Amino acid sequence: MENFNLILPEIFISLSIMFLLILGVFKNDSSKITFNLSLFAILITTIITFNETFSVTRETLFNESVVIDSMSSLMKIITLIGGFLVLVISSTYLKTYKIYNIEYPVLILSSILGMMVMISSNDLIVFYMGLELQSLALYVLATYNRDQLKSSEAGLKYFVLSALSSGLLLYGCSLVYGFSGSTNFDIISSQLNSNEYVLTFGIVFILVGLAFKISAVPFHMWAPDVYEGSPTTVTLFFTIVPKIAALTVFIRFLYVPFLNLIDQWQMIIIFLSIASMVFGAVAAIGQTSIKRLIAYSSIGHIGYTLAGLATASNEGIQSSIIYISIYVVMNLALFSCLLMLRRKDQYYEDIEDLSGLSKNHPLLSLCLLVILFSLAGIPPLAGFFAKFYVFKAVLEQSMFFLAIVGLLSTVVAAFYYLRIIKIIYFDKEKDKYDTDHSLWLKFSLTVSTILILLYFIFPSQLIEVVSRINII
Amino acid sequence: MNFPILSSLILLPIVGALFLLFTKDKEGNNLTAKYVALFTTVVNFLISIYLWISFDQSTSSFQFVEDRTWIEGFINYKVGVDGISILFIILTTFITPLCIISVNNSVKNRLRDFLIAILIMESFMIGVFCALDLVVFYLFFEAGLIPMFLIIGIWGGARRVYSAFKFFLYTLLGSVLMLVAIISIYWITGTTDVVQLYEIGIDVQYQNLLWLAFFSSFAVKTPMWPVHTWLPDAHVEAPTAGSVLLAAILLKMAGYGFIRFSLGLFPVASEVFTPLIYTLSVIAIIFTSLIALMQEDMKKLIAYSSVAHMGFVTLGIFTLQQQGIEGSIIQMISHGLVSAALFLTVGVVYDRMHSRLISTYGGLVSVIPKYSILFMLFALASLGLPGTSGFIGEFLILMGAFKDNFLVAVIASIGVILGAAYMLWLYKRVVFGKLLNDDLKKILDLNRSEYFILSCLAAPILFFGFYPDPLITTIEVSVTDLINMHNTNIASK
Repeated sequence: MENFNLILPEIFISLSIMFLLILGVFKNDSSKITFNLSLFAILITTIITFNETFSVTRETLFNESVVIDSMSSLMKIITLIGGFLVLVISSTYLKTYKIYNIEYPVLILSSILGMMVMISSNDLIVFYMGLELQSLALYVLATYNRDQLKSSEAGLKYFVLSALSSGLLLYGCSLVYGFSGSTNFDIISSQLNSNEYVLTFGIVFILVGLAFKISAVPFHMWAPDVYEGSPTTVTLFFTIVPKIAALTVFIRFLYVPFLNLIDQWQMIIIFLSIASMVFGAVAAIGQTSIKRLIAYSSIGHIGYTLAGLATASNEGIQSSIIYISIYVVMNLALFSCLLMLRRKDQYYEDIEDLSGLSKNHPLLSLCLLVILFSLAGIPPLAGFFAKFYVFKAVLEQSMFFLAIVGLLSTVVAAFYYLRIIKIIYFDKEKDKYDTDHSLWLKFSLTVSTILILLYFIFPSQLIEVVSRINII
Repeated sequence: MNFPILSSLILLPIVGALFLLFTKDKEGNNLTAKYVALFTTVVNFLISIYLWISFDQSTSSFQFVEDRTWIEGFINYKVGVDGISILFIILTTFITPLCIISVNNSVKNRLRDFLIAILIMESFMIGVFCALDLVVFYLFFEAGLIPMFLIIGIWGGARRVYSAFKFFLYTLLGSVLMLVAIISIYWITGTTDVVQLYEIGIDVQYQNLLWLAFFSSFAVKTPMWPVHTWLPDAHVEAPTAGSVLLAAILLKMAGYGFIRFSLGLFPVASEVFTPLIYTLSVIAIIFTSLIALMQEDMKKLIAYSSVAHMGFVTLGIFTLQQQGIEGSIIQMISHGLVSAALFLTVGVVYDRMHSRLISTYGGLVSVIPKYSILFMLFALASLGLPGTSGFIGEFLILMGAFKDNFLVAVIASIGVILGAAYMLWLYKRVVFGKLLNDDLKKILDLNRSEYFILSCLAAPILFFGFYPDPLITTIEVSVTDLINMHNTNIASK
């Protein structure tokens, strides 16, 4: 008998989705209650995940096609918290654009379900199922503001390119299956040890597909357009939640089925990492829209997380997970600020709109200052420690080139973060923005800024949680 | 464990800044904010004086050490002082209150935010000088960029944005390589604790690269020729209080870093790269002195003179002689006082005339005599006249240099003459001559607070010029030990 308790979170969230859909069909004007219920559902799921699986070291279910281990539970919890916060700070924005409908929470819940399946997958088919579930929900979310041309365009672009990458991924999976005779990660791991170049093709295809999902250079082209076109709250969702899931799958693929083929993929990951770090830093310089800038900056940050993965060590994996966790907090804070730039039912998204913000909104500017310096990786803020752990792991493997390129690109990246700070603090002020923000928005901004600012006092806690993750 | 005096020195300004953050920001002359900031820094100064009094000068080991686990099994929060670092801490706590008094006229808007930035800056600078762990040192070293960037950028002059960016990116670029080196040291030796590293030493084969990585950071911060170009820009555009902090204390971080880390951790590499340092220092001394001669802008002239003086400092450090290193430390302290004073004197006339050009002035002696006398004292101290603290430093450095390398010492001595040339010429053009500019006739002499600040700076300059003994006895044992450790390291390799 399988231990169903371990997948109770997934079961609960699927039931909630179905219930919410039925509720939406039978009850008129049910947006508000759906929102609240879905928040409640995420909360319950988080608690279940924490209670049932957090202490599990490693268990498998359903013929070893689903794995529950410390990494999967941690990543699920981060995903759920991320989803919860996105949902909770979305409502004002959605109401402003009159898209406050029941589909939004349901789609977010479905994509979270897809990600949870991905995170726990130990089998090519289960993995692909989860991936497609989350992608389909995300396509719709990107077009969610359907009255705006840009939003539809973003959704369509995302759909076409993502479908292409899924195709590549699937092709890679079939090649790997052909060589190993199984779809199970553990069996693949024990079977794959040949050096046949066709197998390398399989790995490359899978890595390309995954690189697309986390928008690593050179498979990043969709990100700026989609991030810019989608509604801001959806962009926030895009920049944090799917990345966590995709990163987990990345780790899982590299270190379970492909562990023996490390010579084949290590160079690829190093390349992806360096390209993302450098390109993300350079391309962001010329941007005028904050959302596009965040897109490029998130490409750069993905480069740093990949640098941790390239080390092929437990420290590296742990440092990547620390990086992505801190990155989630920083992005959440940044978007909370962005969602506060509202004046008379109109949201502002250009960098120029921040001009002289410090005169009229000193506290908001102070938060932005902390967040931006943290994103730039200046000590003693959290962003510095994220980079510090990654480079510590990288240097342990004596990968000096990767470390030096990475650190030099932080200097380039610092330039565009500084440019925003310059606009906020040194330039002439514009009109005031509205200050009647929802309590949740203020809450998420305050808490995340304080976390970033004071992380240096208690750095050990996060390390302790993450150090339970030992994949290799 | 005793009272954590160093941590309280670091934390007190931050507490003051937090307090200011929650006060109301008033437009204009916000006296409450100023008094709060002044009170905090004066208390900090008194604590640091207490630190100096209770400091045991007969030992070179670190005192007032605090050691707490910070990141389990990796970094300890470790601070402590020895004879080398204690003087810098006192310099910091001494200069900061003077800066705060001086903001009277130069900062017009957002005074409260300015004071917060200065207080945070002070705490980071003290942190740099007492950190005994490489990572902790790096944290403080880098974190100082944030407030300084804002000070230059928000309250600076016309080209402030350019200067702020240049300052930030130059120093950041230099520092990231140091971060690589610090992490590498951790993997090579298993610790980042400076005291332990002194004992176990670092394998010779790694030393050269690591030394260069540290050098890239310190060279930018010192600044050494040819990466000094951020300094004139930053100095010129920063508000007076910002220039003072920058010249008096920020530049000393790198000199301190050279002594503490480059010499202490990489003795063999320091020996190897001495010719490089000598060359760059001599070029800095001669070349930037010549540039200083040609400046039209007073602040720029003093900025270039800082580069030249720091050239003496780096020269003295790498003579690896007792006199040389002691001279460098005294020169840094003296330059901290003198350059602060010079920037403040320029600030005084700038506040009245809104011009930094030398050609605006001339004949000041007949309208503002008090100012002219103090200015003369500082100019003479800057060129190293016997009887001022500038002399002691330069003399000891040159003495060390003559012991080690005759040619370098001779060339550096030419720099002393050039230094006299540009300072005296500046003084002549600004203070003497005919009073041609009619606006100058109405100029007011020093007011009480300016008079107070400048006298506060003049007193130690003269005192230590005649009686440098308190400084030398404080640093002597530590420097002797550093050199002994260095020599035994060289001998054993």
